[in-house]
Amino acid sequence: MSNVKEILFGPLFSNNPIGLQILGICSALAVTTKMSVAIVMCIALTVVTAFSNLFISMIRNRIPSSIRIIVQMTIIASLVIVVDQVLGAVAYDISKQLSVFVGLIITNCIVMGRAEAFAMQNPPGLSFLDGIGNGLGYSVVLMSVAFIRELFGSGSVFGLEVLPLVTQGGWYTPMGMMLLPPSAFFIIGLLIWALRVWRKEQVEAAEFKIGPHTAMSHS
Amino acid sequence: MEYYLSLFVRAIFIENIALVFFLGMCTFIAISKKIETSLGLGIAVVVVQTITVPVNNLIYQFLLADGALAWAGFPEVDLSFLGLLSYIGVIAAMVQILEMFLDKYVPALYNSLGVFLPLITVNCAILGGSLFMVNRSYNFSESVVFGLGSGVGWAIAIVVLAGIREKMKYSDVPEGLRGLGITFITVGLMSLGFMSFGGISL
Repeated sequence: MSNVKEILFGPLFSNNPIGLQILGICSALAVTTKMSVAIVMCIALTVVTAFSNLFISMIRNRIPSSIRIIVQMTIIASLVIVVDQVLGAVAYDISKQLSVFVGLIITNCIVMGRAEAFAMQNPPGLSFLDGIGNGLGYSVVLMSVAFIRELFGSGSVFGLEVLPLVTQGGWYTPMGMMLLPPSAFFIIGLLIWALRVWRKEQVEAAEFKIGPHTAMSHS
Repeated sequence: MEYYLSLFVRAIFIENIALVFFLGMCTFIAISKKIETSLGLGIAVVVVQTITVPVNNLIYQFLLADGALAWAGFPEVDLSFLGLLSYIGVIAAMVQILEMFLDKYVPALYNSLGVFLPLITVNCAILGGSLFMVNRSYNFSESVVFGLGSGVGWAIAIVVLAGIREKMKYSDVPEGLRGLGITFITVGLMSLGFMSFGGISL
């Protein structure tokens, strides 16, 4: 039972796909200017990761290892096409705003990485949970970045006004910087810093140790 | 001619695929510790991108787009939903063919690219290039120029980042920021620098 819990919630903080495994960063940066867009992306990615893990794990004993990458790719690409078509039919506006990034879930390293690292060795049920767990870990980072960017960049949360803008008679001057690409890098960098201050064991070893200052003798 | 030149420059600097659209970030961050390896990876991306974007363009124009099968007598067939599957198939096949070709005819280059070639299949910059090509409805010659330009832009960005990181390993970075964290902040600053090209209209 504790095993299931660990698979499902481990990726949230202690083994976060973005913060520690360096997987799936591309879309984390590009779709985070608005929370409503980001949450659709999170759901899409979680669904694809969970089901690709499930299906790959179901046929894992029948895939010849020499062509496993192409088999995994085909399964993932088919799932992404389904998600893309569903989004286009149900939430057309948001699927337009996501533009190419739904398609890019195929090459999102989280999906491939979990298929290769987990689903190929574990039974379908556990793999499905692992997919959901990693999807949640990705969502935690994505939603926090989107929250910061939307709150400070346009003074709203999920499109609802929180900080009244100067242009509409309020007091808050929006930070235009937050809506531009570079801010996403800074925010993720700082989030990783915060995460590693909290979880010390994730700190990377220094490549070079800085020597202490040597005291000069003044005599 | 002038139009193609401005498309090329725009693809490299103003719409840099790594720093403005964040594509290919996983490899961009993971394999940028040394200038040499990142240069090898950069060249591989340029080659693959210049081949796959035009090939995917042909496939889209003559097989998948709405009404594209008119030449075969099926004017009302629209296969564009198969796009993603075909592009990734083409990319995987191209990388495989390129690998075999280089192994046989240019072994020196094959050995220096080595591990990076298969990695390119899952690099989102490559798939992203093809998807942008379809999104912006480029024709064949535009797609050649765009493929080359976006590849070169990505290569420049990763080599520059590797140069900075090579120097940075000697600096005293706060504990939690070491490695991944400081790399993100560096890339953010680079992206800020590249944004200054944004005002140029070509």
